[in-house]
Amino acid sequence: MAEPGRALPVPTPETQHFWDGTQAGELRLQRCDSCGKTYFPPRPFCTACASRSVSVFKASGKAILWSYVIHHRPVPGFTPPYAIAVVQLAEGPRMMTNIVDCPQTPEALQLDMELEVVFEAQNDKITLPLFRPAKG
Amino acid sequence: MRRNAVAVVGAAETTDLGKIENLSQIGLHADAALNAMADCGLRPSDIDGIATAGQTPVELAHYLGITPTWVDGTAVGGCSFMIHVRHAAAAIEAGLAKTILITHGESGRSRIGNPPRRVDPQSLNGQFEQPFGPMGPPSMFTIPVLRYMKRYGVTEEQIAQVSVVQREWAAMHPRATFRSPITTADVLNSRMIAWPFRLLMCCLVTDGGGALILTSAERARDFKTKPVYILGTGESAETPMVSQMEDFTSSRAFRVAGPTAFQQAGISVNDVDHLMIYDAFAHLPIYGLEDLGFVPRGEGAAFIADRNTAPGGKLPMNTNGGGLSYMHSGMYGMYALQESVRQMRGTSPAQIADAKVSVCHGVGGMFAASGTIIFSNETPSYDW
Repeated sequence: MAEPGRALPVPTPETQHFWDGTQAGELRLQRCDSCGKTYFPPRPFCTACASRSVSVFKASGKAILWSYVIHHRPVPGFTPPYAIAVVQLAEGPRMMTNIVDCPQTPEALQLDMELEVVFEAQNDKITLPLFRPAKG
Repeated sequence: MRRNAVAVVGAAETTDLGKIENLSQIGLHADAALNAMADCGLRPSDIDGIATAGQTPVELAHYLGITPTWVDGTAVGGCSFMIHVRHAAAAIEAGLAKTILITHGESGRSRIGNPPRRVDPQSLNGQFEQPFGPMGPPSMFTIPVLRYMKRYGVTEEQIAQVSVVQREWAAMHPRATFRSPITTADVLNSRMIAWPFRLLMCCLVTDGGGALILTSAERARDFKTKPVYILGTGESAETPMVSQMEDFTSSRAFRVAGPTAFQQAGISVNDVDHLMIYDAFAHLPIYGLEDLGFVPRGEGAAFIADRNTAPGGKLPMNTNGGGLSYMHSGMYGMYALQESVRQMRGTSPAQIADAKVSVCHGVGGMFAASGTIIFSNETPSYDW
């Protein structure tokens, strides 16, 4: 039997577009058609002006490392020590993620370092957005 | 609410703290409630309002034999009990109840009658945080801290000092779980949990409970216990997801709840003799000192490291040793309230001489919610 994997999301009607996006290789955010605010996590209305007129768009995938911890305790699907990070997207919102293709050390993980999104399929329904150091 | 219109007349913790294998969680609630009723000479039939978190107020009313005219099941994490005090004071003023019991009990260590916590994979937390490997507060509550450290140049040594100073207070409390002195090196050499947080920067996990009984200040005069008046209260909420805090170096919920309480009390930070700031982790007193206005932004860690909050310092803080050393069942707020009441009654083992105003500030979830209570032992300023 396979080892138990990491906890996986179960999309809801309000978040389905986000998880469809990661499967299609896109990081999708929402922007208010009325006031222009870009926000995350997904909701079918603007958190600034309450407008229900909002649009989904493809984000750049660029981010900087905002903060993190390096977790040393065992969690299903992870090999300690591993970083649990929050990144700030170029479009403004922040999201929790993991940093890949990078040593999981304080020396390698410098706040404000530039990152880019990568997509890691977990199964045939769920693909997670992770981030790696930006290339070039 | 008018200043000093409502008072705490009954207060007690569970008979034991630590590892309690002969009581389930609701039994810990009841043990604390019975001790608080005995403290002020009341029986269940004298109680007409009940508030609790962890269990429902219906469960507690039934278990204790109370017929309430007012119930409050606000459950926003460890500061739920501060918020219960705020709501109870308003309810007594509004005439919804005369004598209100607030209970906490938690089998945090033994986990008897304490349902396992599970994050719903359809919730926003379940979709947008849990897949990235957090496991409870030690790996989540700590995530903002590196951003704070970078912005203000705060060191791991300074954060470790919080744990060292609080252990000094715990040494004075016979009921504290950890009482032996520790050094900064002890903290920095303790087992790594979630860098930059080591074991001794994280709270205990123990069993226990506590209860409070509130009534009008006018009725409080008839009780044998020394009344502890409610001077001001505040509450707020920000986000269930630590990743979505507006500012990783400051809590919006703290910045709303704290000043709301000070404004209602009509006092400033300079009037405060004693302070409790909920410390599930060593960074929380630092954020709390700054967000409540005791020190400028970025100066909280140095303020503690310079011994201002230590025994003999000008602002005694977390004088029971806090969640880091005294006890932490999971929702610690009740124990902070108990120490504030002890200080105002003049009965703390680490008593601050002549203390007249105590501020008790709580957090719920991971910077998710907040409640602040300002107590005083001074006679009401109103004629009855």
